[in-house]
Amino acid sequence: MTSTIERADAHEAPVSKPAKGGGFTGAAANYIDERTSISGVVKEFGRKIFPDHWSFMLGEVALYSFVVIILSGTFLTFFFQASMVETHYDGSFVPLKGVEMSAAMESALHISFDVRGGLLVRQIHHWAALLFIAAIGLHMLRVFFTGAFRKPRELNWVIGFLLFVLAMAEGFTGYSLPDDLLSGNGLRIIDGLIKGLPFIGTWTSFLLFGGEFPGTDIVGRFYTLHILLLPAILVAFLALHLVFVVVHKHTQFAGPGRTEKNVIGYPILPVYAAKAGGFFFLVFGVIALMAAFFTINPIWNYGPYDPSPVSAGTQPDWYIGFADGALRLIPPGLEFVWLGHTWSFNIIIPVIALVGLLALVAIYPFVESWVSGDKREHHILDRPRNAPTRTAIGAAGVTFYAGLWAAASSDLMATHFQLSIEGVIHVIQAWTVLGPFLAYFVTKRVCIALMKKDREIVLHGFESGRIVRLPGGEYIEVHEQVDDYERWKLVDYEVYEPLMLRPNSKGKITGAQRLRSRMSKWFFEDRIAPVRTQELEASHAHGHDGTHGEIEKGPGLV
Amino acid sequence: MAHDEVSGHDTAASDSSAVETTRGTTAGTTVIASDVVNPGEPPHRKRVTDVDPKANKTAQRSVYTLFYLSIAGSVFAVAAYMAFPIEDGDPTALRLNTLFIGIGIALALFGIGLAAVHWGKALMYDKEGIDERHPVRGTDATRERAVEIFEQADKESGFGRRTLIRNSLIGALVAFPLPGLVLFRGLGPQNEDPVELLSHTMWQKGSRLTLDPTGIPVKAADITIGSVFHIIPEGLNEREDRLEQKAKAAVLLMRLNPDDLNISPGREGWSYDGIVAYSKICTHVGCPVALYEQQTHHLLCPCHQSTFDVVNECEVIFGPAKRPLPQLPIEVDSEGYLVAKSDFNEPVGPSFWERP
Repeated sequence: MTSTIERADAHEAPVSKPAKGGGFTGAAANYIDERTSISGVVKEFGRKIFPDHWSFMLGEVALYSFVVIILSGTFLTFFFQASMVETHYDGSFVPLKGVEMSAAMESALHISFDVRGGLLVRQIHHWAALLFIAAIGLHMLRVFFTGAFRKPRELNWVIGFLLFVLAMAEGFTGYSLPDDLLSGNGLRIIDGLIKGLPFIGTWTSFLLFGGEFPGTDIVGRFYTLHILLLPAILVAFLALHLVFVVVHKHTQFAGPGRTEKNVIGYPILPVYAAKAGGFFFLVFGVIALMAAFFTINPIWNYGPYDPSPVSAGTQPDWYIGFADGALRLIPPGLEFVWLGHTWSFNIIIPVIALVGLLALVAIYPFVESWVSGDKREHHILDRPRNAPTRTAIGAAGVTFYAGLWAAASSDLMATHFQLSIEGVIHVIQAWTVLGPFLAYFVTKRVCIALMKKDREIVLHGFESGRIVRLPGGEYIEVHEQVDDYERWKLVDYEVYEPLMLRPNSKGKITGAQRLRSRMSKWFFEDRIAPVRTQELEASHAHGHDGTHGEIEKGPGLV
Repeated sequence: MAHDEVSGHDTAASDSSAVETTRGTTAGTTVIASDVVNPGEPPHRKRVTDVDPKANKTAQRSVYTLFYLSIAGSVFAVAAYMAFPIEDGDPTALRLNTLFIGIGIALALFGIGLAAVHWGKALMYDKEGIDERHPVRGTDATRERAVEIFEQADKESGFGRRTLIRNSLIGALVAFPLPGLVLFRGLGPQNEDPVELLSHTMWQKGSRLTLDPTGIPVKAADITIGSVFHIIPEGLNEREDRLEQKAKAAVLLMRLNPDDLNISPGREGWSYDGIVAYSKICTHVGCPVALYEQQTHHLLCPCHQSTFDVVNECEVIFGPAKRPLPQLPIEVDSEGYLVAKSDFNEPVGPSFWERP
């Protein structure tokens, strides 16, 4: 009995098959679907719409360079020896022949000089890593300045932030693996930094290095972190990050036809598959070209790690620069002995500044949503100018980071431009402290000016470049109205009014409420509201086609 | 300055929705939006490839040519792998190997990339589509059902009711990772005292000052005024823990005019006829302080630019470091070689918490 039912079922399934069109592809698709029900996935995602904007590619660059990192890194693991066993170099690179070094350094040289294409892959790996972190940084700036972190994407912002931190950790651990002079010096700095931390410093350093610096454990340990633990966490968060992109659907800029309730763009199949897929190859191609032409991290010039020698002008990889710069910028003399312990504020303060900066980045979405009290979902992006305070805060942050970053090259600036190192440091110190305020103020004013300009264009049109001489001899420039589609891009935004301080249901005004009201005022006091129909009509009635309005307004041209 | 240029009253009345604020308060933030009507999608504009069959054909040709070019690139890379051996150790060969394999791979990748993107942009149907968005939160029915499931599970298990079981479970879950954490104590040395290790170096009374890295002992007579030597203690190179010891014991030896040196009380016997020895390990974060300016007698750390004045017992005159470089007391033995009088009188290198 049961067997007949099964047979009946078995007969039923193939019936649908021929409808899909025969051939091998159809048969294969059917075979797979009957075992995975993958057709549901295709139905769900195959025609999913993604909006188009150049800035949305930054995250893609990060993703694709990460794929390149995994591919090239896997190749490298087949040759690299994560061991600090002492050995004498006996490879093809003549100047280092016979030099005592660790197996890690020796295998890194082996990859570079004795494996065909090995140097290319090493350089692909390193360039891709530098690009990866740069792309993440730019992607974060894009998300920040367009307000893409707002509800419902706050958590995805935090996940992205963690990816950024993980990427830097991956970079640093990878940089340290070849055990060359430069990376060893980097580790020495990290060791000194850790030792300077109160309470935990000394023991943390001994746990990390397995005893006294440099010891013989650190390369092996960093290798485990670099190729196992950190990538596993990174891939997990990356997957989650992308899942959320699908769940939320991508944000879009304001435009005709676009609303908070739709998303307009091209479908995954076929257009996005072609464009995004092709873009992966382009990113990979650029990295391959850089690796073919430009040397990166020539460890053979540095030699193996030795605590005694060091070359002038040592530089960390770019993404660690801000940390190194923070150490350089701290004013002299900030170390005290108190209660029988050494308080290294020349280390504690930079560490607090760095951690504080990162923490602010992580929590910003929650701060802004608390201030605005806005609990709605936002899928239309802000143009940076339309959120002046946020944009100004971002500019201040970028300026602060830039100061720290520049400081990491203070010695190179001094030697290149023949300046005194003291002078360079003092200028960057001033920049790092005062620059953010200046950047904040200038950016906010520029944003508001741009909003005013937009408003002006909506109400009175844009300068057409056409000069007309009136019968009276007066010259005017004709202003033309923007069309409906262009206008919509300029008016589709929102501004908030500062929060009114009112007592809560118990009739009290709490401290938190007071703070919120003050911050709300700071955020939203200065604003330019979007143009409304009434004003638009008034402006048109006034000038009837815009030209007249300008005649009346056009001063000083007589 | 730019304070609300539109009168807030009529806007707030007609369109803006008061945004709900934090729970329990009535105060709301007013949103001002435009009431201009969304004009809808603009009419679709055709591309050149849509209207001009010739352009269409050209685009098509470009796409497949690029794909073929990619194949050529791949073949080229494989050929380059074989054509440019590096085994004879010639640097030029290595450069060519890297360069041509790289160019081949890049060509293969660019071919695919450009072709696919061009195909997508110029030939594929380019009318934009629209997806509806739905609120991210689950529907009310789904949420109710979820709550129901949790309540049912709670009822069936007694999780909320049997507090003793629940609390003991939480306790057990908190406790069980502890052994795992404790195991990581093994990352550090078990029977060593970090403070003790950091407080002493290899130097002891009578150990000769030898050149870094050769280990050849130096005589006081060899050190001319104005010269600088990188020094390690004798026997360092034979030690198993060579790098750990070197990271503490590395020393810079300089000879100045004895009259130039300002020697503080208690350190009179630490130098020999203008020859002074200072720890090479920076008191900031431990980089080697390797740059000596002969004219100014300044030592500069290349990592964070801490600058030490040798004339004044290496006190810090610039940079993030606070403490002077520790001085190694030296003397001359019966054969004229420079030897240490004792170990450093304080821990060398970066500061640490337990440092007195």
